[in-house]
Amino acid sequence: MSNSSKRMRALMATGALGTAMALVLAGCGARAGDDTAGAGSSPAASCVDTSGSTVKLGFLNSLTGGMAISEKTVSNVLHMASDEINASGGILGKKIEYVQEDGATDWPTFAEKTEKLLTQDCVAAIFGGWTSSSRKAVKPVVEKLNGLFFYPVQYEGLESSPNIYYTGATTNQQIIPAMDFLASKGVKKLFLAGSDYVFPRTANAIIKLYAAKLGIEIVGEEYVPLDKDDWTSQVAKIVAAKPDFIFNTINGSSNVGFVKAYYDAGLTPAKTPIISVSIAEEEAPAMGHEVTGNYASWNYFQSLKTDTNPKFIESWKAYPNSSGVTSDPMEAAYISMYLYKALVEAAGSFDVDKVNAAAKANKITFDAPEGTVTLDGENHHISKPGHIGQINKDNQFDVVWASDKFIEPDPYLEGYDWFPADVRKQLVDAAG
Amino acid sequence: MTKSKSWLSLSGIGVFAVLLLAVAPLMLTDHWLNNLGKYCCWAIAAVGIGLAWGRGGMLVMGQGVFFALGAYSMAMHLTLETAGDRIPGFMVLYDPLAPLPMFWEPFRSATFTLLAIVLLPVIVAGILGYALFKRRVKGAYFAILTQALAVALAVLISSTIRETGGDTGLSDFKYFFGFVLNDPANKAMVYFIAAALLIVCLLAVWQLYRSRFGELLVATRDAEERVRFLGYDPANVKLVAFIVSALMASIGGALFVPIVGIITPAEIGAAASILMIAGVAFGGRASLFGPALGAMAVGWGQSSLGSTWPEGWTYILGLLFIVVVLFLPNGLSSLPARLAAARRKPDVQPTPVIVAAELEEVRS
Repeated sequence: MSNSSKRMRALMATGALGTAMALVLAGCGARAGDDTAGAGSSPAASCVDTSGSTVKLGFLNSLTGGMAISEKTVSNVLHMASDEINASGGILGKKIEYVQEDGATDWPTFAEKTEKLLTQDCVAAIFGGWTSSSRKAVKPVVEKLNGLFFYPVQYEGLESSPNIYYTGATTNQQIIPAMDFLASKGVKKLFLAGSDYVFPRTANAIIKLYAAKLGIEIVGEEYVPLDKDDWTSQVAKIVAAKPDFIFNTINGSSNVGFVKAYYDAGLTPAKTPIISVSIAEEEAPAMGHEVTGNYASWNYFQSLKTDTNPKFIESWKAYPNSSGVTSDPMEAAYISMYLYKALVEAAGSFDVDKVNAAAKANKITFDAPEGTVTLDGENHHISKPGHIGQINKDNQFDVVWASDKFIEPDPYLEGYDWFPADVRKQLVDAAG
Repeated sequence: MTKSKSWLSLSGIGVFAVLLLAVAPLMLTDHWLNNLGKYCCWAIAAVGIGLAWGRGGMLVMGQGVFFALGAYSMAMHLTLETAGDRIPGFMVLYDPLAPLPMFWEPFRSATFTLLAIVLLPVIVAGILGYALFKRRVKGAYFAILTQALAVALAVLISSTIRETGGDTGLSDFKYFFGFVLNDPANKAMVYFIAAALLIVCLLAVWQLYRSRFGELLVATRDAEERVRFLGYDPANVKLVAFIVSALMASIGGALFVPIVGIITPAEIGAAASILMIAGVAFGGRASLFGPALGAMAVGWGQSSLGSTWPEGWTYILGLLFIVVVLFLPNGLSSLPARLAAARRKPDVQPTPVIVAAELEEVRS
């Protein structure tokens, strides 16, 4: 057989396959043709089975990769909360059976595992995530499949979803109190240092708007990728700009490099203090340098004197593999589990739509370690007290400022006239 | 005899096509079918790596670059399709007043996007390959250079958050060329496209391997100077293989986006590029099916072992990789031939023979 005739046959085979592919395409396309009107097409029927004596819940935390150091603690406290709930009779009399998945600090993996938990494991709700990037990867999937996702970390706001409950702070519960605190300290010049991803970028955009209103000058703004530790040249710019305060939105281990560069450059908490929104009791001792005298803005501190906090700290210290200290994100994760229990029991059902309806119809509260929090059934965030802590020698926080009452969640900053209405509208429109 | 072997490979592709296009959709749930679609995307890129590395001897450690060209072209189009007349939400978030970046505008057009997915990798690989191969850059230097490009591109994307979505990536696509992506039927359609394109890529390399070009490519790999003395320019031979492999990576990347629903710099950087190589080495880089099956096996391992044993699975992958490199340098696909050879002559070390025998398999 000649070479050319062989080549002909191969090409014919390829052509035939291409045709087959086109036929397959046409078949599928026709079926879906009627559906192009609405993007939120009818979700697949839920496969959640709660007819037995248990209810399945999914935990989605990064157990490997760069965020594992923070997210393992959240995973562990979720286990503790579900053990507690099981010991006291479960949710609606059903014991929690959890499925733990690893998000691997990889956003597509978060999306894949969310789909797996909802469609293969048929869990009634998912708890977890840490970075805003992971939440943004999970969001389209839970919305598509009409699942529930409980997100336990402070974030940049400007978001709400019928399928997500946010138990960490939104901006008006953490960033804005921090700015109010700075204004009360008479700060005139502020430097912004952050990791290069969605939370710091958005938080700083909001900080700049509010700073203009407060009369605080932003004397510089620097970003370093999440996985990079070298802050030397950026800190040199801070030294040159001579700010009164540094607003730190750096996340994860990059903080270690920042703190090192800060002290190496001769900066001190006495003259140029840092206020952070990602350094808590867990992180402070891991900075590789004493950070006493610097500040952080959170809702919960281990040092808070509330009725429920001592028991929470005691249970956590006794829990296997516990880190020994409590912190804001793990407390928010603890809240999320009890909030879900309260929601399901108010709804009398694990059904997502009924749970959401119960959130709107009832005043859902929980006596959390940070105080009694109340769920806003419309935007799925909770009320929180604002606190500013100063780091002491034991790497605990002395509370130096507190909001006069619990702050109602306002993710789209509708109660703040300095936030441009057209931007809000664009964001709401883009969110669909 | 060699002729029959060549047609045996073709029927192998046929069986593979039946498995992917008929058996898998019937047997698998939506979730696993979608995962299989993702593995097909990596397999498409892997087939290209098999061509460039297995047959051409060019260790392409930066296929993430071409994967990114396809993926981000597709992702920009789908983002604009979802946003409609508005500016995509993430851009508003970082800078409410700025307009859409210039380089996004053409991606509104579906035709431009499809052309970009095909032409961008060809142009980039063409220029890069021409510059490198004409200067006779090869071996470790070539590998390091391609790897560095993947790292650089990932850093560039991470640091341009408003233009590219940065580390968070691009996600939340609602439409795929007019089809609603939430519809399971349409998700299945995207799977079929990926699976069919994988088959097309396999057929393309099957044809390339048995053509005179395929012989020249292997000759260039094994004795570049001799090829030059025979009057061919090895640079041109390598350039074609490099461009074809870049094109395949781009196609894999483009389909990855609607299937997975998100693209981030982590999927195109150094680690991702090396994982693609690992799959190819695992399956057998010079064989026809080895790269595709190896890439799919690694993808499956990541999904399933990553669930049951998250801390351990990377160690398993590493261990397998070491075992394969040490004891089966031609990958798992050389195992049957090796066993057969061992049965025939138990006392002879068969390794050198295998490469030739295996190459023979798909040549006419």
